[in-house]
Amino acid sequence: MPGPAPDERMRPKGRRNTQGIRVDPEAEVTHEPRQAVLSALVKHRPGVLSEVSALFSRRQFNIESLTVGPTVDDDTARMTILIEEPEPGIDQAKKQLRKLVPVVSVRELEGEAVRRELALVKVSGEKPDDVNAVADMYDGQAVDASTDSVTVEITGSKQKIDAAIEAFKQFDVQEIVRTGAAALERGPKTLEKDV
Amino acid sequence: MSERASVPKEEEAEPETEQEPVTTGAQSVIRALENAGTDYVFGVQGGAIMPVYDALYDSDINHVTMAHEQGASHAADAYGVVTGDPGVCFATSGPGATNLVTGIADANMDSDPVIALTGQVPTEFVGNDAFQETDTVGITQPITKESYFAADSDTVGDNVSEAFALADAGRQGPTLVDLPKDVTQGDTEVEPGAPETPETYDVPEEADDENVQEAAEALAEADRPVILSGGGVIKADASNALREFAKEYEIPVITTMPGIGSFPEDHELSLEWAGMHGTGYANMAISNTDCMLAIGTRFDDRLTGGVDSFAPDAEVIHVDIDPAEISKNVYADYPLIGDARNVLRQLFDAMPRAPDADEWRDQCQTWKDEYPMDYDTPDDEPLKPQCVVEQFSEMTPDDTIVCTGVGQHQMWASQFWEYTEPRTWVSSHGLGTMGYGVPAAIGAKLAAPDQEVVCFDGDGSFLMTVQGLSVAVREQLDITYVVLNNEAVGMVRQWQDGFYEGRRMASEYPWIPQFDKLAEAFGARGFTLESYDNVEETIQEAREYDGPSVIDAHIDPGENVFPMVPSGGDNGQFALNEDHLDMI
Repeated sequence: MPGPAPDERMRPKGRRNTQGIRVDPEAEVTHEPRQAVLSALVKHRPGVLSEVSALFSRRQFNIESLTVGPTVDDDTARMTILIEEPEPGIDQAKKQLRKLVPVVSVRELEGEAVRRELALVKVSGEKPDDVNAVADMYDGQAVDASTDSVTVEITGSKQKIDAAIEAFKQFDVQEIVRTGAAALERGPKTLEKDV
Repeated sequence: MSERASVPKEEEAEPETEQEPVTTGAQSVIRALENAGTDYVFGVQGGAIMPVYDALYDSDINHVTMAHEQGASHAADAYGVVTGDPGVCFATSGPGATNLVTGIADANMDSDPVIALTGQVPTEFVGNDAFQETDTVGITQPITKESYFAADSDTVGDNVSEAFALADAGRQGPTLVDLPKDVTQGDTEVEPGAPETPETYDVPEEADDENVQEAAEALAEADRPVILSGGGVIKADASNALREFAKEYEIPVITTMPGIGSFPEDHELSLEWAGMHGTGYANMAISNTDCMLAIGTRFDDRLTGGVDSFAPDAEVIHVDIDPAEISKNVYADYPLIGDARNVLRQLFDAMPRAPDADEWRDQCQTWKDEYPMDYDTPDDEPLKPQCVVEQFSEMTPDDTIVCTGVGQHQMWASQFWEYTEPRTWVSSHGLGTMGYGVPAAIGAKLAAPDQEVVCFDGDGSFLMTVQGLSVAVREQLDITYVVLNNEAVGMVRQWQDGFYEGRRMASEYPWIPQFDKLAEAFGARGFTLESYDNVEETIQEAREYDGPSVIDAHIDPGENVFPMVPSGGDNGQFALNEDHLDMI
């Protein structure tokens, strides 16, 4: 004796959102994406960069920049990763990252963490004095000059570098390179030491 | 029979003989496997792995030469599933390694412990596109817990020891060590270290006590509690702990597909398994529960259907050893990170009382009555596959191991066989690998020589790895293969009929081999089954044959798998037949 057909069965009232979180059907909550800075200590060995970057691409985390460099410990490198995800995605990214064998530790840096990026901007050499004047405004400096071009170095927050590049556009920008963010927690706190 | 046939050599081994010191990287590799307790290796020879095989010549480890490397990785996987210890497979560089990939990906999806050792071209040629070179570490990194590139003869043994330990630790899974030929051929006197996990790899043991207490309170308060028991329960050897817990607190148990066998399906609290083709009663209970204790499951989409409608009234207590599974697909109100067996014990002690759920258990029983797993067997219609599975199940002991390929036959084998013991259901779940069955049965039989092994396969799935029969014959393995033959890739055809207006593109086989004769050509026994008259006798004859046998069961090609929750659908809205599919 077959039981009730699909449309005749009892059905629960509740619902979950796409993140699997139970929601009030009347007032569905959605998590807006936000930017997060993840800092990770990793074993300094071949393949670790590809392992981390492949993780972000295959799990479809939205990554803005990834920088990697050595630390005081020869065996350890430090990665700074900027991602833009809704809250559950940021949590998931941290957990997946922590799961990789060469990853020693992962932490999301707080909003007020010191963040710096470096950019090199190559512009036309026609008006070197004007270029220098703009560079000064952004605490930058010319690091190379020829008859046809001037290359300026700028460091600072992403917003500052965006603004500087905008300002340099008047000089016919020929080439730009940006490093992506490097970041450290303010105060005595470190990745390995909670204070 | 090959000279080095894989009959266990324990009897001939001298008790605790002094081991010869290692002199090469390859010997160190084999020594690492010996130290880890390896009994069997499944593999295929080839240029770059030859030094490792040469070292195996002097070892007591048994090697099973497979017909294809894919079979080696599946056999190792099944060996790992049945024994609980990592299965080991070998392949050479290039095509050998890429052929292993399907099995490695399969093990990764199902958290099966496997260690793959692959040959690689000599270090000086790496990166030059040398003969049979491929970036094995690059290819397998996303589908392993970790892939190692062995850089030095002195450390290659340690690499293997660590890979072995890692495959087994925490949430199990595959690891790989890529072995350049110069590294394995190179001289070393360094003995491999003991199998230890890398220092950066943490294995959580017990869940936080406070969280356990809160979860136990919530479960005790529930009106409509269920336990969802996943593959992790079996992996953690927590089936007994689960049984004690469920029986003590009288909570209905649903399993996932990989969790089949963690709870006896003949127990009154069992609702069998939930998901796309799970039982109606399990899916109704999932839909209507108000508190779910989910253990060792990753809430795969074939289980949940659309998450919006998955157990939408339930507080979820999620027990998992992998923190990354918590709230990945379904939000965990009570995350309990730890080993399933430990956490079940913690919960057992923390429960203030049993939930007051008489009414709910009655409701579950009503659903069992309303949506029984039955089928018609009219005499004038072709043989129903369900009948073959059910008959076989009734004739065999409880510890019989069932392996499958992937497709309709897999669903019938999981629906109509009665599972009561852990590690008796060996299948490809997450990856859904057609062709898993033939080699998996080989690994399972060698892992449990005293248990009966049956492999249900489909005609499409069987053809993908049929060459493995040569191995089963050579190794004289007593396996009964049952091909539920509907002359089609049946699951695809079912979807075409249900969702593509019956446009059967590339799903039907206008001609397929006679599998009984094919079996005989391999040296196995072949049987044909076409009607209800001789189901039992044929099965009995095949079982009695001491060696591999193949029953080519010509089943009703019109038979489809139900119940069915369409992809992304609501579990409670399962279809019982084709007409229902139009309704939902």
